[in-house]
Amino acid sequence: MTPHDILVDVQGVAKHYGTGETRVDALRSVDLRVHAGEVIALLGPSGSGKTTLLNVVGCILAPTAGRVELDGDVVFDGKWLRSDLRRLRLDKIGFIFQAHNLLPFLTAEENVSVVLDLAGWPAEKGRERARELLDYLEVGHRAKVKPALLSGGEAQRVAIARALANRPRIILADEPTAALDSGRAQLVLDLLRKLASDQKACIIAVTHDEKIFDRFDRLIHLRDGRLVDS
Amino acid sequence: MNLAIKDIRHGLFRFVLTCFGLGLLMTVVLAMIGIYNGLVADALAVVKAPAADVWVVEAGTQGPFAEASSIPADTRDAVARMPGVAEAGAITYQTIEATHAGETLRLYVIGFEPGHPGGPQRISEGRGLGTSHFELLADRKTGLVPGDTIRLGRDRFTVVGLVEDAMNSGGDPAVYVTLADAMTLQTALDPAAARVQTARGVGDLRPATVAAVIALLEPGADVALLTATVRQWKHLSALSQAEQEQLLLASVVDRARRQIGLFLGILLSVSAVVIALIIYTMTMEKLKQIATLKLIGAPDRTIIGLIVQQALILGASGLGIGLVLILLVKDNFPRRVVLEPFNALVLTGIILVVCLVASGLGVRAALKVDPATALGG
Repeated sequence: MTPHDILVDVQGVAKHYGTGETRVDALRSVDLRVHAGEVIALLGPSGSGKTTLLNVVGCILAPTAGRVELDGDVVFDGKWLRSDLRRLRLDKIGFIFQAHNLLPFLTAEENVSVVLDLAGWPAEKGRERARELLDYLEVGHRAKVKPALLSGGEAQRVAIARALANRPRIILADEPTAALDSGRAQLVLDLLRKLASDQKACIIAVTHDEKIFDRFDRLIHLRDGRLVDS
Repeated sequence: MNLAIKDIRHGLFRFVLTCFGLGLLMTVVLAMIGIYNGLVADALAVVKAPAADVWVVEAGTQGPFAEASSIPADTRDAVARMPGVAEAGAITYQTIEATHAGETLRLYVIGFEPGHPGGPQRISEGRGLGTSHFELLADRKTGLVPGDTIRLGRDRFTVVGLVEDAMNSGGDPAVYVTLADAMTLQTALDPAAARVQTARGVGDLRPATVAAVIALLEPGADVALLTATVRQWKHLSALSQAEQEQLLLASVVDRARRQIGLFLGILLSVSAVVIALIIYTMTMEKLKQIATLKLIGAPDRTIIGLIVQQALILGASGLGIGLVLILLVKDNFPRRVVLEPFNALVLTGIILVVCLVASGLGVRAALKVDPATALGG
């Protein structure tokens, strides 16, 4: 592994809420490195800090202390070093949600191409890329369908296509298989593994689904805001 | 990709229904503006009709509209001879009820001397009064048409022409008859009553009085000087046209005007609150989607555009529907509904401001949304 392969480098990250007796430590000096092509799972009981860590890596939540480097770019070191965090998310990070969170007023194709539209792609090229991704994820035949008419599996695959649209190298997934049956969950994880390998991306997923643990390269356990093993 | 249009098309039925509801509200607002304007226009119509410069009325009165006024009919000759007066005409006003085609008509009878000021400015259909007696010109809203006959007092009159928008401040449509007929109508007694008066030896009861004399001045003549001169005759008073109009608005229709004006203000406030609530609620319903958009990298201008565009489309559609509806139904109102392009422009400005302020509240809420809420915690 070379330093260039490190896509996520979190050093000494802490996050606490409140002060004095009401202080809650959501993260306590967490160190985490994720390399290109890696697919890792964040595990732990409710309140252990999984979602907080995901939000910190996703540049949604500012840590109280620590350093965050994404794809070779130091974005946080005691404070945010980038003012355009949304642009950073648009260019470097893809999100997959527990409930697919597709925009109900857009078709499957538009839900994917909207990311490219925001990134400034020409409309035609955006549509082509969206169709390409939907075909790759075997939902191309549902491109013109609105989310309400998609099955859970189809909607989740469209959501994955949206997360991958702008070719991000960091993909964050929050319970990506929670809405899927066991068979579909395995398929989605296999798909994510393939994408990580093909696009030299890394995937960090929060999950409780024991049936898919064997599909991850590493299982990161958190308890009371600390990494307990990996 | 225009997210605002996409969202509207997604929930088109609901959006159209909202626009229609707002359109109905705008119809009521526009109707109230039109009624307010109509009240003022109706009140001034009868004053403006003769296009007079000076009104000569009974001393100590503010006649003939705000108060009753009665002056000798031959005052017209005296006024006509005054320096600076180009023409003068005697005029009477009275309200009567008559029956036509089985319906009771409340009519505002204006008596004038053909060939002298006091008659209508324009006859839209038929001809003017051609004989001294028993012909009339009617406002179109009376429902009378040329050729119809109608009994006024003891005589039957034939409608020979129609005029537009001639009515008193109460909205009663006007009919024009000759001054002689009007004076007869004013004073002629029922036959039985007349016989009693004759038996008592009272004789002819017809006092040759009129309500006012109006004067048209020569170019350059001084209105103030003329009115001052007339007031030197102790039994007469004089008002300029502007004073007469102001008097009518300040006394005759003032309360009705203020009442409708206040109601219009309340209605506009209610509309503003309703529009603001609709837009705010529309935004609140989309907060999860807005959080998702922010999470995937949408800049603030995309979020603001989504909310403001929808607010403006909603406002414009509601106003458009309101304008179409009021134009379709305004002629069915019992009183005149007068809408000027200026009114529509002012209302457009108000709706624009309300939509922008309301969307501002929505934008404020949307920009505060934490993108993390899209992740579910």
